[in-house]
Amino acid sequence: MTIPDVYIASLPMGATPPDWPGGYWWHWLFFSVVLIAFLLVMVMAAIYIERRGMGRMQSRLGPNRAGPFGLLQPVADVIKVLLKENIVPDNADKIVHWLAPVIAFVPVAMIFAVVPFRDGAMLVDLDVGILYVIAASSIATIGVFMAGWGSSNKYSLLGAMRNVAAVVSYEIPLALSVIGTVLITGTMSLNGIVLAQDIPYILLQPLGFLIFFIAGCAEINRSPFDLMEADSELVAGFHTEYSGMKFALFYLVEYAEAIVISAIITTLFLSGWKGPWLPPWLWFIIKTLIVFFVMVWTRTTLPRVRIDQLMSLAWKFLFPLALINLFITAIQVLVWPDGLPWVAIIINIAIMVVLVVAWSKFFKLGWGRLEV
Amino acid sequence: MTLKTEPFVLNFGPVHPSTHGVYRMRATLDGEVILDIEPVFGYLHRGIEKLAEERTYTGFIPLTDRLDYISSMSNNMAYCMAVEKLTGITVPERAEYLRVIIAELQRLANHCIAIGSFFNDAGAYFTPFLYMFREREKILDLFDMLSGQRLTYNYMRIGGFTQDIPDEFLPAVRKLLDTLPKFLDEYEFFIKENEVLLARAKGVGVLSREIAVNCGISGPVARASGIDWDLRKADPYSIYDRFEFDIPTCENGDCYDRYRVRFMEMRQSLRIIEQAVKDIPAGPVRSDVPHLVRPPAGEAYAHIESPKGELGFYVVSDDSIAPYRCHVRPTSLINLAALREMVRGWKVADLILIFGSIDICLGEVDR
Amino acid sequence: MTVALDAKDIAGRVDGAVPGSVVESTVECILVDAGSLPAVAAFLRDTEDLKFDYLNYITAVDYYSYFEVVYRMTSLVHNHSVVVKTRCYDREKPAVPSVVGLWQTADFQEREIYDLMGIAFEGHPNMRRIFLWDGFPGHPLRKDYLQ
Repeated sequence: MTIPDVYIASLPMGATPPDWPGGYWWHWLFFSVVLIAFLLVMVMAAIYIERRGMGRMQSRLGPNRAGPFGLLQPVADVIKVLLKENIVPDNADKIVHWLAPVIAFVPVAMIFAVVPFRDGAMLVDLDVGILYVIAASSIATIGVFMAGWGSSNKYSLLGAMRNVAAVVSYEIPLALSVIGTVLITGTMSLNGIVLAQDIPYILLQPLGFLIFFIAGCAEINRSPFDLMEADSELVAGFHTEYSGMKFALFYLVEYAEAIVISAIITTLFLSGWKGPWLPPWLWFIIKTLIVFFVMVWTRTTLPRVRIDQLMSLAWKFLFPLALINLFITAIQVLVWPDGLPWVAIIINIAIMVVLVVAWSKFFKLGWGRLEV
Repeated sequence: MTLKTEPFVLNFGPVHPSTHGVYRMRATLDGEVILDIEPVFGYLHRGIEKLAEERTYTGFIPLTDRLDYISSMSNNMAYCMAVEKLTGITVPERAEYLRVIIAELQRLANHCIAIGSFFNDAGAYFTPFLYMFREREKILDLFDMLSGQRLTYNYMRIGGFTQDIPDEFLPAVRKLLDTLPKFLDEYEFFIKENEVLLARAKGVGVLSREIAVNCGISGPVARASGIDWDLRKADPYSIYDRFEFDIPTCENGDCYDRYRVRFMEMRQSLRIIEQAVKDIPAGPVRSDVPHLVRPPAGEAYAHIESPKGELGFYVVSDDSIAPYRCHVRPTSLINLAALREMVRGWKVADLILIFGSIDICLGEVDR
Repeated sequence: MTVALDAKDIAGRVDGAVPGSVVESTVECILVDAGSLPAVAAFLRDTEDLKFDYLNYITAVDYYSYFEVVYRMTSLVHNHSVVVKTRCYDREKPAVPSVVGLWQTADFQEREIYDLMGIAFEGHPNMRRIFLWDGFPGHPLRKDYLQ
């Protein structure tokens, strides 16, 4: 895959070398600080978009008191949550209870190390970028399960068990849907995938995008798959017994995971930081927030599915579709080894529509009543 | 080698985001499958039936508001009808028409909450709930115009009403009749074919006709199971026999049918209100009733089709100013008798949904 | 229109089916002896042209010298109704047979009457208090219950 010259000419500095600004350790320090700050600021923006966006969709105003247009509401939330008392139940396993939020949060921050903000501007440009992302995103589940177990509360345990089942099931469609983009690009490095997207992969891989979006929403416990913290059933699921700073970390993890999945979708399917006129990192932020807004939109609109319906969706619907997507992409890459032409877009969209409509006719969600 | 598991008891406590009040269930679960539930009542027991014996007949009307506090006007109406039957008072024409209009408006308001909370229990994060509440606000504004209250109205009296309605009431009702059908169409368009709702609610919590009749179920729950029984047609009270409306029924008796029956009932209520508003005569709104009602000794039972089912009052009098015994036929408590049958074999998520689809109000269960 | 059947005719038929059960009958209600209540209820529920398959309510009234338990039944098929009463003269440990086996709706209502009035229903599978807690002294709805 060759990079068209027009993109190189539009960048003021060319590709960022891997040890910018001044050697290995300065690069590491600069990007670590930038990533943590970026994550925290984006989480605050995400909280604001979610609360205000959901409010407007529900024909009410949303928070508008703290600061102009409610812009300081996330700041108020953070301050409130930090000032609360840290209550630990008597029967709880103290070490497990204390470690769980940490283990849930660290992998989420780690994923950002390989996400490009500009050509080459990332903490490290791993050759196996996407594999690293999928691997790191699974570790957060251990933190959630520790939270459910360490709380010595049956509700939390139910929520944690559901979470483990769901995350493990959705890893497979998640990974398979990504392999399509890897096949077209030829490299697993996230920077390489962005550079290769002359045509954004959402058009070349519509089925892959759909499966990744659904599997991503399920991985991060967002509606319509948020039965891990089902507000109307299990009080608060696995984080029922948390308060204070530990709850702040879980709250942060929920939105940070959403931002991470949005960032990965932007990088893989929406051609990352590419775009005319505006600086690349601004395009990246705008696209990430648009994808996040679509997630908020689905949360506000759809009811929640049940646990057995969730598992059926993963194993019987998304998994076969991901496999078929993989085969079709492999065939297309064989037929056009120099790059997929525009006609492939129409073929792929047609295949996606036919497959989704046909498969859903034969698909039954979950099983019904069990005999007791 | 099979894995040895044992069932455990999970307590859906009195304080829970989705139990529609202080209701407690002890569910025996095997993993996520429900084996048995045991309901525990009494967290809202206020002894209303005992309090009735210490108050005058008119002084008891505010207490009837607090029974089913979501549809207070219906409770008032049933109690006043029981005392009027005991005393032999006839209510003037205008008051009867007003009672019908108010009762049907109350049915609309109640079903707004019932349908909204049904979706809330299904997991749609408050969006349908708030849309329904937006319409309920309009109806509550009408009631505010009448009685000055939004929730516990204390408006009907024995023999009619104390004052006539304000002049703005009927034009406001007509305006509501113009806007509400369009809103119901829009709501139905969003919700009716929603895949997730169909997967969650169709076939879930089936209540068969025989069990429903045996358990004494009434109201939309019974009509969703195929029992064609509505007190407004089977045993017409007040002036319901002058109006033309249908009784919607469904055959399956699952959660989806209960939601459909309530939705169709809302449309029929709009029909009744339209006819009543057109034909309402002028005249007095209260018959000549003494200030302290003193019915002759005897007993009477009057029942109405409240939004939740058959609500009745059994009043015994011994020729004094306070009732000798006033028993409330609690719709919600009786409708809960079938919950155990409906729920066994389903999962935790379905328990909440089935329980929400019965639409109870703890004030009536516990009294 | 739900016809409130003339209880005197029904009383005649009930007395024929279950001899000695009817104590007295007026136009509005039939007064039945407590011991033969299950048989009378079964007769009323199962006879084809009566078919009282729907029990509206059960309630109890305290008349100082006796308790009176009131049952109102409706037939959804024929659309008629009847009221059956029974009396219990014992104030220490009043007891009435239960009709839970015939109409499952009696479950919670009989528990409520036991809780608030103290009338025990023999044959009920779960005769415990329903609203008040288990150790509550007395039965509040009785006329001689003083705070």
